[in-house]
Amino acid sequence: MMREITLSQAVNEAIAEEMRRDETVFLIGEDVAEAGTPFKVLSGLVEEFGTDRVIDTPIAEPGFMGMAVGAAMTGARPIVDLMFGDFLYLVMDQLCNQAAKTHYMSGGKLKVPLVLRTNLGATRRSAAQHSQSLQALVAHIPGLKVAMPSSAYEAKGLMKAAIRDDNPVVIFEDKLMYQDKAPVPEEEYLIPLGQAKILREGRDVTLIGTSSMRQVCEGAAERLAGEGIEAEVIDPRSIVPLDEGALLASALKTSRVIVVDEGHQSFGVTAEIAARINEKAFYHLDAPVLRFGAMDVPVPFSPVLEDLTVPTVDAVADAARKLVAGELIHAA
Amino acid sequence: MNELAPTPDLPEGANAQDYLRMYRQMVRIRAFEDSANQLYLDARMPGLTHMYSGEEAVAVGICEALERTDKITSTHRGHGHCVAKGAEFKPMFCELLGKVEGYCRGKGGSMHIADQSNGNLGANAIVGGSMGIATGSALRAKLQGADDVTVCFFGDGATAQGLLYEVMNMAALWSLPVIYACENNGYSEYTKTEEIAAGSILARAEAFGIEAHQVDGQDVLAVNTLARDLVARARKGEGPFFIELMTYRYHGHHVGDINRLYYRSKEEEATWKETRDPITLFGAWLTREGVASEEDLQGIESAVRAEAAEAVSYALDAAYPDVSEVTMHVYAGEG
Ligand SMILES: Cc1ncc(C[n+]2csc(CCOP(=O)(O)OP(=O)(O)O)c2C)c(N)n1
Ligand SMILES: [Mg+2]
Repeated sequence: MMREITLSQAVNEAIAEEMRRDETVFLIGEDVAEAGTPFKVLSGLVEEFGTDRVIDTPIAEPGFMGMAVGAAMTGARPIVDLMFGDFLYLVMDQLCNQAAKTHYMSGGKLKVPLVLRTNLGATRRSAAQHSQSLQALVAHIPGLKVAMPSSAYEAKGLMKAAIRDDNPVVIFEDKLMYQDKAPVPEEEYLIPLGQAKILREGRDVTLIGTSSMRQVCEGAAERLAGEGIEAEVIDPRSIVPLDEGALLASALKTSRVIVVDEGHQSFGVTAEIAARINEKAFYHLDAPVLRFGAMDVPVPFSPVLEDLTVPTVDAVADAARKLVAGELIHAA
Repeated sequence: MNELAPTPDLPEGANAQDYLRMYRQMVRIRAFEDSANQLYLDARMPGLTHMYSGEEAVAVGICEALERTDKITSTHRGHGHCVAKGAEFKPMFCELLGKVEGYCRGKGGSMHIADQSNGNLGANAIVGGSMGIATGSALRAKLQGADDVTVCFFGDGATAQGLLYEVMNMAALWSLPVIYACENNGYSEYTKTEEIAAGSILARAEAFGIEAHQVDGQDVLAVNTLARDLVARARKGEGPFFIELMTYRYHGHHVGDINRLYYRSKEEEATWKETRDPITLFGAWLTREGVASEEDLQGIESAVRAEAAEAVSYALDAAYPDVSEVTMHVYAGEG
């Protein structure tokens, strides 16, 4: 039996292993050392690596983000810890104008190998400024890579690959999943960015889910299976680069696709994936590609309201049923 | 004409060669900028560019105190820093013209010129955008036990950006080997510095416990003497430091800023050029001290002008990047 560890432990292990392997790797952020972050993901690292490599900063996100860019350009491999994904807005200049463009603008002479680890996910009753899923914001910027682990297994393999990548990589962990366990091998492994994973095979409908939306898709698939509908579930694992080939192959196979991502639905990840499938598999589709994102509202505090804003197993399963039944074909 | 005071204690190890190189570097910046301005006026350069003319003693005084392995970050007004840190004319002009032989294969242009072989981490089109990068480079040096120093150049206008105060705080907390070099040329675009900067700029650095100095940015020896001292001390772990360099830009904010009477007078410009020109002042000092003759200086000037002219015509004839380069270098490791 393979051991099971939490997503939090998986991230911690990945970082520790890479810091042991490569002494240019260091961590920087707020309360990352003794506190091990508010989510305790990094606990124990400062004891092993010391305060020179696990660096607590003042509350100055643009400052330490910018410093990570400079350190990366000159030979280090910083891992920036951004306490909440919502704070991405504070570091946008350093991330999108500096880190993302430096390699290109220098004609390939300068590299910015850094990891920005942060989080996403609503339903923690944390209200609008601590609940956003902002992956589309950074996925829009050429030069950045964006990974979205959907379990402890992915979290470890993607983190290790991100640390070794020569580009700025943003990793979004779902803060509701830190305590979720999954089988994670003891042996070393990496998950290359840009490789989707088929989690469940099926021939009737494809459910594409990022991060914790994988659980929503798997839940829906389970329910549909009881009704005789075979859903295929795919986790893209990184959205930049995107494993378009795997997504298209599944679309060709099932002819029906639903895309689920926790970012706001408009102008987001689901729109991008749906558009690519429409462009490249249109004549193989039996129905329009459907999308589920978060509602286009700031995340409300009240639990009765907040729960309405995120995609659910019920909604995805219901849509899949209608797709398979041919109820969503508008063409005359 | 104001004169540079004779420097009684010459910097240790300095000699005629060092002085002449400093002079030559200042002349090279002036010649580069004159040529770049002409390329703009002749409509042969894409886009706009910001001239460093008048501020040469700042970049040269500081960069002559640095080793090649030391790093700098530069600004939108960055040609001077690039030349002073050791760049060559041909790849610089090629970059300005978007040619493939440019330092950044034509993808950066004037406002992003970078020359990592000489430690220039790049110009930056975001005012204040490189303050984090410079401080991070210094953090890397400290973490890796390297003894290089990073100088962060920025303008008086950039002192209004919050990032400066975030990174100075951390640099001071962690004693990082970084020198913040504020080029106070009296203007932030079309606005006088006193209208955008409350209180004292030096006092802002001092509030973090950072040793801060103001220096005449037209006096290359004064700049260089101070910079050598601070660089040596930063190398020993006594940083960070802050320098405010009082200087003046001769041209408009950018090459297209021609009619500027609404924000500064012709008399003001003439006074700086006639009495505070860093090259003239240093040239006079060199001849007075017997380091060089008028003819020596003229020889340097004409050699540099010839080099610039040759580089310009080389760059004008040079090839543009192949269109296949448009998707190249978005990601490292992918060609
Ligand atoms: C963040 C940002 N805001 C505004 C601008 C437009 N801008 C370019 S240069 C400049 C003035 C900068 O003044 P200063 O820092 O004193 O540098 P100087 O041009 O005098 O060398 C401004 C406002 C910009 N490039 N970036
Ligand atoms: Mg200015």
